[in-house]
Amino acid sequence: MPRFQFPKSIQSRPVYGTLTARAGTSHLMLADAEGADALVDLAASATELMARAHVIYIPKATGATYTERLRALKPAQLYVGPSLDAALPRLRKALADAHMGLQIYLAGTEGLIGQAMQEAIAAGYPASAIQTEHRGSVARRVQCVHCKGITEDVETTPFVCSHCGLNLFVRDHYSRRLAAFQGVRVDAEDPGEVPVSEGLYQ
Amino acid sequence: MTIQFNDETFYDDFTFRNSERAIRRFPFPFHEDSYMYSVNLEPHLSLRPGSVYEKTFDVDEHYVSEMRDRARVLSDDPLRCQSLPHMTLAGWDLLELIMVEKAKDYPDLFELHRAGDRWHWINKPLGIEQKFTFLDETTLPCGPMEYITRQAQGDFALLDHRDDNLWMDAGMVTTQADWSLDFDIGMNFYEWHAPVPKAHELGVFQRALKFLLNLQQGAPVRRLNWTMTVNPLLDTSPENYHKWGVQKTSVTSENVGSKYHLRVELQTLFRLPRSNALAFPIRCYLIRLEDLVTVPKWGRRLHRVLRDLPEELATYKGFIRNRPMIVGYLSQFDDGAETSPGIWPD
Ligand code: HEM
Repeated sequence: MPRFQFPKSIQSRPVYGTLTARAGTSHLMLADAEGADALVDLAASATELMARAHVIYIPKATGATYTERLRALKPAQLYVGPSLDAALPRLRKALADAHMGLQIYLAGTEGLIGQAMQEAIAAGYPASAIQTEHRGSVARRVQCVHCKGITEDVETTPFVCSHCGLNLFVRDHYSRRLAAFQGVRVDAEDPGEVPVSEGLYQ
Repeated sequence: MTIQFNDETFYDDFTFRNSERAIRRFPFPFHEDSYMYSVNLEPHLSLRPGSVYEKTFDVDEHYVSEMRDRARVLSDDPLRCQSLPHMTLAGWDLLELIMVEKAKDYPDLFELHRAGDRWHWINKPLGIEQKFTFLDETTLPCGPMEYITRQAQGDFALLDHRDDNLWMDAGMVTTQADWSLDFDIGMNFYEWHAPVPKAHELGVFQRALKFLLNLQQGAPVRRLNWTMTVNPLLDTSPENYHKWGVQKTSVTSENVGSKYHLRVELQTLFRLPRSNALAFPIRCYLIRLEDLVTVPKWGRRLHRVLRDLPEELATYKGFIRNRPMIVGYLSQFDDGAETSPGIWPD
């Protein structure tokens, strides 16, 4: 699957790179859906990495597509979980238990990358120990600026806030603290006049 | 007391008014007939007795009512005041700065008595008297930043200085021009300025940041920023935009002069002594167009500035839909005569 080229944007918006193997005592890899492809590519470039790797994987809508391929990489530990929320306690434990020299690899959707980044930074890891690579869906995690509720996997703008029901325009302004883009009521000045919803980047 | 404080509101029935004196001392932000972003920073030195630039922190006739409005906004939405854990010392620095300067500049309104770390603060306009131990949080009813900014007009941001950048890690924000502290807290200088058009490309933010990183204690600076607001609404927050945005459609060519306000922020920057953080007070002044045009130079100039403002700026500032009406109204006060340089009335 070709990787999506994000258009040039404003400076609060994160940019993603390509995972590369780094020297480290251990390696924590977290991916969702097509993010598995990035781990497969990473392992291909540095096979020795996987013997010291803990892989946490959330397949989302891809079901069983990637799990065997990940298992074939023979990571030291592989966990396949139903959601990021379900995997969080495990992720936190892994971050807390790790020693100096842990390398962190995040791959997949922006929502997963952003939230895992929050956890890693909260656990005290420097940004320099964390690499990211976007793969798969370009959906965003969006915070409603009005009710503060967060809606996951937003694919269109405007969209309906899953908490308060307002029609929100999706901005490019991004908060790393919240791991979310900002959503603002689209028809605030003309109540009821909601533009036709379009895919992001259309 | 020397200042007669107004009893007025900044929401619902909008009884806010400027006295003749407040109109004359309004910080008109345009020194020429056009406007573009620039690194408009100058030393925050005392200027012209009676002007808003005379004192370190200007206190005016709106003080008491603005503080009441702040308390109202905070009780509706406590997230308007936040401070990340490492910012408490900067909060004390800010408390000291405001108390010391206000007591010095307005001895009839504010008193600060200090015996070592035993402090005694008296705020006469708000009827507050507080004895506390400096740097001991348990001796104040709330954190030091919140405590003092509930008694000071304007919004406040506290910027942590690290990694050659400034990080907005604390703030009290209830009179903002459409930005969210809750969303922006924790961001650096480039990130929180990300939505501003043109200025990044012009190199404005790069130069401004470089300047601020070198800001010295005892040498504060100031700048003005401005926008247009329908009704004298202090809380034009994104949080409440779904409620106030619709007010923009209430403007007609008959009421535009009384509905529309020029909103000017007097922004100052101070290096703080203990935390090495920067304090960034953002003081908001509002003036309705009808009042502004009583100064002929200002009416002429505002007409030209708004008429010629690049579309991206008018869109970003949120008045593009009403610009024709505003410019139409102001054109009546522009006879084409030349305007004198500088901001002051002729
Ligand atoms: C260090 C303290 C400062 C803070 C906390 C701050 C904060 C902000 C914020 C939150 C915005 C709104 C951005 C948005 O749309 O979400 C803004 C706008 C802006 N800031 Fe700053 N700022 C600071 C200093 C400066 C300085 C020194 C300059 C000097 C050039 C500057 C120039 C601007 C400009 C030009 C805008 C756009 C305003 C408009 O058109 O209405 N800022 N600032």
